[in-house]
Amino acid sequence: MIDILMPALSPTMEEGALAKWHVKAGDTVKAGDVIAEIETDKATMEVEAVDEGVVEAILVAAGTEGVKVNTPIARLAAEGEAPATTPVPPAPAAAAPRPAPAPVAAAVVPEPASAPPVPLKAAGDRIMASPLARRLAEAAGLDLAAIKGSGPHGRVIKVDVDAARGRLQPAAAGAIQAPNAAPAAAQPPRQAQSLEQMGIAPGSYDLVPLDGMLRTVARRMTDSFRDIPHFPLTIDLEIDALLAARAKINAMLEKDGVKVSVNDMVIKAVATALKRVPAANASYTPEGLAMHHHADIAVAVALDHGLITPIIRSAETKGLAHIAVEAKDLASRARSKKLKPEEFQGGTFSISNLGMFGIKSFNSILNEPQGCILSVGTGEQRPVVKDGQLAVATVMSVTLTCDHRVVDGAIGARFLQVFKAMIEDPLTMIV
Amino acid sequence: MSDFDVIVIGAGPGGYVTAIRASQLGLKTAIVEREALGGICLNWGCIPTKALLKSAELYEQLDHLEPYGLSVTGRAFDFGKIIERSRGVAKQLTAGVAFLMKKHKVEVIEGAATLSKGTPSPKVTVALKAGGSRTVTAKHVILATGARARTIPAIGLEPDGERIWTYREALVPKSAPKTLLVIGSGAIGIEFASFYRALGSEVTVIEAMERILPVEDEEISRAAQKAFEKRGIRFRLAARVQKLARTKSGVAVTLETAGKAETLEADIAIVAVGITGNVENLGLEDIGLTLDRGHVVTDSHGGTNVPGLYAIGDVAGAPWLAHKAMHEGVHCIEHIAGHKGSSQSSPIPGCTYSTPQVASVGLTEAAARAAGHDVRVGRFPFRVNGKAIASGELEGFVKTVFDAGTGALLGAHMMGHEVTEMIQGYVIAMTMEGTEEDLFNTVFPHPTLSEAMHEAALDAYGRPLHI
Repeated sequence: MIDILMPALSPTMEEGALAKWHVKAGDTVKAGDVIAEIETDKATMEVEAVDEGVVEAILVAAGTEGVKVNTPIARLAAEGEAPATTPVPPAPAAAAPRPAPAPVAAAVVPEPASAPPVPLKAAGDRIMASPLARRLAEAAGLDLAAIKGSGPHGRVIKVDVDAARGRLQPAAAGAIQAPNAAPAAAQPPRQAQSLEQMGIAPGSYDLVPLDGMLRTVARRMTDSFRDIPHFPLTIDLEIDALLAARAKINAMLEKDGVKVSVNDMVIKAVATALKRVPAANASYTPEGLAMHHHADIAVAVALDHGLITPIIRSAETKGLAHIAVEAKDLASRARSKKLKPEEFQGGTFSISNLGMFGIKSFNSILNEPQGCILSVGTGEQRPVVKDGQLAVATVMSVTLTCDHRVVDGAIGARFLQVFKAMIEDPLTMIV
Repeated sequence: MSDFDVIVIGAGPGGYVTAIRASQLGLKTAIVEREALGGICLNWGCIPTKALLKSAELYEQLDHLEPYGLSVTGRAFDFGKIIERSRGVAKQLTAGVAFLMKKHKVEVIEGAATLSKGTPSPKVTVALKAGGSRTVTAKHVILATGARARTIPAIGLEPDGERIWTYREALVPKSAPKTLLVIGSGAIGIEFASFYRALGSEVTVIEAMERILPVEDEEISRAAQKAFEKRGIRFRLAARVQKLARTKSGVAVTLETAGKAETLEADIAIVAVGITGNVENLGLEDIGLTLDRGHVVTDSHGGTNVPGLYAIGDVAGAPWLAHKAMHEGVHCIEHIAGHKGSSQSSPIPGCTYSTPQVASVGLTEAAARAAGHDVRVGRFPFRVNGKAIASGELEGFVKTVFDAGTGALLGAHMMGHEVTEMIQGYVIAMTMEGTEEDLFNTVFPHPTLSEAMHEAALDAYGRPLHI
């Protein structure tokens, strides 16, 4: 049998009123069923069952006030377990039966409407997790709030994070299998084979040790590519006007020693476009879609071994010159590995530019938890058809990779449309 | 209808604690004990040895008073009184357990239990101490019958009640032997070696492995050996006992060390070569209980292959420690009662109460590496700790082992004054899944020996403050 305890609805809650029962002795409940309503001085909340079974006894009657947290309020016979023959009578209430509410108090402090149901664990702002669990979840890119804790008071502990990680493993195997392989479920998790097993002789290569960055990149990219339903949208941009504007701007800024690059203008255009299409500046979370207030633009910078994405914060509020100076500084400090964590963690949208290598167009892997990443190709002269005539224009292809859980095709397309309009008519950026 | 919700068989620390917790959970509980409440721990183990070792420690200190500006003349001991005090302590605590059983309304059934088939759990028949027998039933039966010294009669490693002892005889001798052989250098062997050496016996410890306290970290083993040798204890390592036999005046043991034979003689030998579970005469064969090399096979909640039957503590296997038994018992009964959150997998510390003391928790450095961890190791000696210098307790050090990747504390190992009282700091850190940062952020009181624990964590990350 399982005792159902009075839940703490907030970290500071010590007692509450058992307002209402939704079940009675003999009822069968399953995990997730709303079984009772609890009132605190702040809110009324629904309590969900976490186990399934038959309600053997209600131990605290509805309408009882001052029920201390963790007092047993009902008893559940687990499935297959016969309920006790003599039901336990309701306790003679932990406190006096509830008096009629004082009208004054009721008028002054109206009770808020029912809050969403809470699971039977310590709820509140703070996620209860062990220090090690926090660190492991962060390293694995897992959201602690999404992991069910099995420690004391629902605390997330190491085994929970390991299990959450383990759940993703079979999917990985399936995704990487050759198309003609047996169904994913029947496959063991992917085992790394040694190079030697794969026919590459030892000594025929040098081994670069995996440092923290390489490990992080490897893990995050694998997780992202495997777990996020992503799709690309490609569009061509004519940049002759942008190049002309850049030349003018740079002539103006020359005395300040500032030089604006095409990429800086892309950053500015992205940030401004995100302001117009905020739905593209968003992250998927299990609790809901996070719509970011600012366009924090992460710019991929290649290093000798690895890659890092320093962030231009609130780029929508910054002028081009400002962005140019900041981007240059971040990139140079990134290359000397002198960035502070807050300078490369937590962007809302990424840009990767391989134009300088002559790459025409490409598709990047999403940088979790960002909803989009923009891959920028090279600007080159291409034949274009204008008003039925063949003409030459400088064209740059960009590809927006989207997390379909938060940015669907229509949102992505709308963003690209606005972005294209800005790139092709740079004046609109400053409006 | 069963007579009880729970019957616990065996009232050692595992059993009686399980019974108390069962009662707290509202279960009608009985406990069966064939000998004395408190079991080996209170009567013949942990507690009475600590009483003896306190006498030894104080006596040893009297010999080192001069640096403190103190002197004493006529240092002497009364062996009979030392033993008498130890027995008195055991008696006091046993009475305490009787009180606790009464307080928690646990029915104590004095006698030897045997099990027979039954539902929902095996029936328990007790051959009562007072005569006659009584059969009782319960929804759940928990075996907590403990363990006893392992003996190997084929080579003479069994007590004869006179010159060859186990811990039991070693606790109540008439006098201290002039010469003593201790076979086995685990915690039990080392504690008796330490005790008798302090009172003047010529002690030789024989160990089959190539280092003493083989479950401890290698560095601790080496340092402890040096510390004990400084006190005059001799060791024979990697030594296999071929034969232990009585002689006219005492005992003789034949050893083989690296192919070389040697015979050592002494007045008395103590056999401390391990522990074996008490699984006999309980009817376990009749109910079809699965055993493995002298202990009951259990799942992670103490459940066995027999419905309604559980096993906890020494009878369920290593490590043979009272606190492990108590923890398993509490976890088992909470699991039975449907409570969640109590963890079976908590790290279990180990303590040896010799002078100097040894305490540890978690993985040794070698075990951590063997388990595939990339490790960071920190060390800090007591000889540069302010409190240690002020107290003149300079011996020993603290060693920490962290996972280099996650910063998880994997193990901690200590030797020195009162380290058995300090190890719980690391145990809490490990149980709560602390990382190096949590230990860095913890404020250790100054001046205390425990500051060395802080420093050992800092040292693992190359930032000790006082060395």
